[in-house]
Order: sequence, then structure tokens, then C-alpha cells
Amino acid sequence: MIEKVIFYVFAAILLLAATLVITSRNPVHSALALVLAFFTSAALWLLAEAEFLGIALILVYVGAVMVLFLFVVMMLDINLSVMREGFARYLPIGALVGVVMVLEMLLVIGAGVVDIGGPPVEAAGAAAEPNNIRMLGSVLYTVYVYPFELAAIVLLLAIIAAIMLTHRRRAGTKHQDISVQVRTRKADRLRVVQMPSERETDS
Amino acid sequence: MLALSDYLVLSALLFSIGMAGIFLNRKNAIVLLMSIELILLAVNFNFIAFSHFLGDIHGQVFVFFILTVAAAESAIGLAILVVLFRNRNTINVGDLDSMRG
Repeated sequence: MIEKVIFYVFAAILLLAATLVITSRNPVHSALALVLAFFTSAALWLLAEAEFLGIALILVYVGAVMVLFLFVVMMLDINLSVMREGFARYLPIGALVGVVMVLEMLLVIGAGVVDIGGPPVEAAGAAAEPNNIRMLGSVLYTVYVYPFELAAIVLLLAIIAAIMLTHRRRAGTKHQDISVQVRTRKADRLRVVQMPSERETDS
Repeated sequence: MLALSDYLVLSALLFSIGMAGIFLNRKNAIVLLMSIELILLAVNFNFIAFSHFLGDIHGQVFVFFILTVAAAESAIGLAILVVLFRNRNTINVGDLDSMRG
């Protein structure tokens, strides 16, 4: 019973925050509402006994991705009035599409068709192993070890791509060019000047 | 006791809000990216719910990979957005017509 109350409270907060994300006038408010949405969904995931993923959602999304979003939103100088035009024009079609999609999905999932019946099934060995992280790790590092390494490569690619896209060389800055330094010869740096010898004249 | 359909209905509502967000904010590329994050979150909800109710850990492994790919996607998307703003001084999707698409 208390589980149900917690679920509905968090679900209401989540839907409210999601609505704020798409309707708010200022992108900064949208980003902060998205942070709230991620927090409440992390709580709901904890309720569904996915403890590791709930914590990971907070660490990765709220800690990294949303900070990135906020940085970009605050760095760009956006003309808000231009961004808002067309909002009222697209509101009916957007609401219509949303409502139709909800109705279609409710027809599929709401009628108890997909209810697999009763309380959640106990996983094989779940009673012996209540530790969600150990359970996830024992699958992730054995069955899914190659996808896991591919995921690492995807993250590396994302790092390289993001740096290559946003990095720029400014014209005035001085930096070291090591290949030029190595290739340099004595003739480039040293100039031997020939001049006649002089001696003090007696007065 | 919570049923599977509770989670599925919540996920469907979240997905539709994200979808409506793409329709409503089709000028603002940042809010478009945020709507995509909402849609991915709805998908993850489905995976977690089925994983919980079927007692199968593999669903959570898929959520793990989706989180990875979504983080990479938003990082690259925001980098593209920054470069776009630097070159065109706008992030209005309607102004991006240099390819005549």
C-alpha cells in the first residue's frame, strides 16, 4: 500500500516535471525541470529494485549530462522571443499527436493484456543474491563483455568527437610546434658575422 | 502491490510528453535534445519494469547500454550545437537551410 502511494506521488512529480520541460519559456528552466524528472525517475527505479541504475542515473545524468546542458544553455546567447514563435501554432497538433499516442498505447497496455500476473517473479538465485550490483556485474562482465567494451569505445569516440568539434585554434595564441623544433638546424638559429678586427688607435 | 501496467502507463505518458515536446519546440534545438532525453527515459522505464516483473537481470544490462549511448549522443549533439552557434549565431532549426534540404 505504501509502495503504491510512493509510486503515484513520484509519478505525478515526474509527469509534472516533464510537462515543465517542454512548455517552459526559458531553456534554463527546462534544464532544471529535466533534472527534477531524472531525480524522480531514479527514485522510481529504486522502487523497482534497480538500485545500481538509479544511482547511475543520478551520477551520470544529473551529475554530467545535465551540467553539460546547463553550460551550453548559459553559454549561448539565445533570442528567446524568436524561439517561442510558432509555439501556439503547433500546440494543437502537438497535443493531438500526444493524446492519440497515449490512447493507442493505453489500448495495448492498459487492458491488462500484458499483465504477466501478480507479484514479480523471483529471479533464479535472486533470493540467494539480494545484491543488485553483484547480480548486474556477474552478467555484464561475462555474457555482455564484448558489448561492454564496445560501449567503452562509444564513449571514447564521443569524447574525441566532442573535443574535435568544439576545439579551435585562435590566430594570436602562441604554442609549441615540436616537429619544427626537432627539425631545426644550426644555420636557422646561428648567424656568424664576419667583421674586420679593430684595435685601439693611439692618440 | 504495484502492477506491471502501472509502470507501462507511466512510461507511455512520459514518451508522449517527449513526443509532444518535439512538436511544440521545433524551433529550439536545445529543448529538442531534452525531449529526446525524455523519450529515452521512457524507454528505460519499460526495460526496468519488465526486468523487475520478469525477474530477469538482462533488461537492466540493456538500460546500462542505453544510458551509455544516450550520454554520448547528448555530448556530441551539444558539441554540434556549440559549433553551429559559433558559425551561424543562431540555434533556430528553421534557419538551418544552408544545405537546401
